[in-house]
Amino acid sequence: MTAADLLDFARGPALWFSLLVLFAGSAWRVAATFRLGTTPDLAEPRSTRLLAGALRGIFGRMITKPEFRRGRGFGAVNGYIYHIGLAVIAFGFLPHILFVERLTGLAWTSLPGWVVYLAVGPTFIALLLALLYRMTDPVLRLLSGFDDFFSWFVVFLPLLTGMAAIDGWSPAAAPGAAPIYPGPLAIHLLSVELLFIWLPFGKLAHAFLAFISRGMTGASMARKGAVP
Amino acid sequence: MDTFATQSPLFEDRARAVLASVAAPDARRAAQEFVAQADRDAAFQLDACVHCGRCAEACHFYLVTRDPRHTPVYKLRPMLKAWQRERAPFAALRRWLGLTPPAVTATELSEWSELLYDTCNLCGRCTGACPMGIDIAGLVRRAREGMSVAGFAPADHYKAAQRALDTGSPIGLRWPALKRQIEIQEKETGLKIPVDAEGADYLVILSSIEIVGFAETIGALARIFHQAKVSWTVPSVGFEATNIGVQMGSRDVAAALLSRIVEAALRLKVKYVISPECGHAYSALRWEGPNLLGMAYPFKVVHIVELLDQLVREGRLKTRGKDNRRLAFHDPCQLVRRGGVIDEPRRLLAGVSNNTVELPSPGVANFCCGGGGGVSAIHRAEPLRFAAFACKQQQVEAAGAEALVTACANCRNVLEEAIEQYESTLPVLGLTELIAQYLEPDPPAALP
Repeated sequence: MTAADLLDFARGPALWFSLLVLFAGSAWRVAATFRLGTTPDLAEPRSTRLLAGALRGIFGRMITKPEFRRGRGFGAVNGYIYHIGLAVIAFGFLPHILFVERLTGLAWTSLPGWVVYLAVGPTFIALLLALLYRMTDPVLRLLSGFDDFFSWFVVFLPLLTGMAAIDGWSPAAAPGAAPIYPGPLAIHLLSVELLFIWLPFGKLAHAFLAFISRGMTGASMARKGAVP
Repeated sequence: MDTFATQSPLFEDRARAVLASVAAPDARRAAQEFVAQADRDAAFQLDACVHCGRCAEACHFYLVTRDPRHTPVYKLRPMLKAWQRERAPFAALRRWLGLTPPAVTATELSEWSELLYDTCNLCGRCTGACPMGIDIAGLVRRAREGMSVAGFAPADHYKAAQRALDTGSPIGLRWPALKRQIEIQEKETGLKIPVDAEGADYLVILSSIEIVGFAETIGALARIFHQAKVSWTVPSVGFEATNIGVQMGSRDVAAALLSRIVEAALRLKVKYVISPECGHAYSALRWEGPNLLGMAYPFKVVHIVELLDQLVREGRLKTRGKDNRRLAFHDPCQLVRRGGVIDEPRRLLAGVSNNTVELPSPGVANFCCGGGGGVSAIHRAEPLRFAAFACKQQQVEAAGAEALVTACANCRNVLEEAIEQYESTLPVLGLTELIAQYLEPDPPAALP
């Protein structure tokens, strides 16, 4: 198999399979839990503004409350760095947008290349520090298992392979044109597809579970008149 | 009422049957209950953890011991394992791949008995700190259902539950003891304390700790309600507010104990039931009760602090003079974090104090006294409870408080014990008593 064949595979069957697993798996993870159902709360509510409570829960918990900032500040700040960095790289880099556009027809304005390149360094370092922190902190070590380390791996790998593939892309080339180095690009795509395949099964599903969990707790607390 | 009167013995029978069935610890039964407890909301939360460890820093037990096992979300591990094994979205796929987590064992659950009971006050501080919005305290409450039904709750809790079912109180206190206290308070205040007065507006229930340790609260209520012209009564049956069932995690015991209060309320045809100065009793009666009993109450539940605040705001309760000491309010967890009662006690305190100070991180981030969630009822947990009090002690020192005020008799009792352990003499006051102390005196009676 040549590098070009590998790229065809990554852009074709592998991509579609990974997307199928991503969407079907994620949908199942949510649906299978939703179908467990719950009993209606018979206690008289103090407030019926449950949606407002859910939204406060969802957005309010994006920033740690000042009272709870003591301890683990490093983990929190580091988390912000790689989450923001990954978002900048994944959604702001022009080739990624062109890739999505080819697939779906959806496009948006890219960030300047230098912004994305600048984001790579801190993100790379932050992810390495996150791993180091997880391996050395007694609490995180106790809490961690295969899912934690494999999830880290499938997030880090696309960043690594993307850095290797960056030379193969030329902004001057027409969309869809053959890349200069198809091998690294194919590997980069395959690493992203690995992430897609793993996401519904492990802790990376917090990409959507976090919002559901926060919303539910927010609504439940709001019902009692407590802080969501 | 007739329907409930018919159902009520069933709650009692079920609770006794559950306690009687707990002969030997049974890990499989615990696992079944863990899975049953994971309904939609609980399952989403169990599933959302990213193992960031932030909850550890919110837990006073972890903060004082630095033992990673005291990380709140780690305490849920057996429940999580059981759920992942049996009911999680990809449980079948895991089984097919041979990746099913091992079944929870009796040895493991015996170890977790300490983690789920001795080192958790159900205070909910971890819930507030969790970036994923996981209600960890709520999940611990659910996990305790599995532990208690299968024989893994602390022996002290089973004994207290049995006593509560047999006598009405977890410490074995019966009506004659309360009657004596009522008579003493009637003498002290010169006021009649109504007992079993049908048609009263408010039903006052009490916790055993109040009756035994802080009986002046009864007199304080009599004086307050006399001034505010509140129609009230104490029931001779169903007066105990404490609910060991909620603390140990037995919905059947909890429902049986709650059914006695509801029966009393229905029998005396009251409009309101006042939850006394007790955090978990409020939670049990106000938020869990209707769901445990399967009925919306035909009366309203109000915490005494909420009622006092309402009476003051309506001008029915007037105080005179103020305390000059530096008073700090200790927020009972179940009231503030899980009950939404934050401003009321502060307004009340400001009305009778010239010098209130806030503890560091007051309100929703307040540290528990260390005895909530049934921990104060576990003898073996005492050293850890006193150790955990260090967080509160540091806050008190930082605020320079000369006295603590609280609205929970259990907090008050636990705080007093811990303060003594720390060789301090800081007074701990009950908010209701403090208000009563500064009540405007009755106008002199008109001359005949």
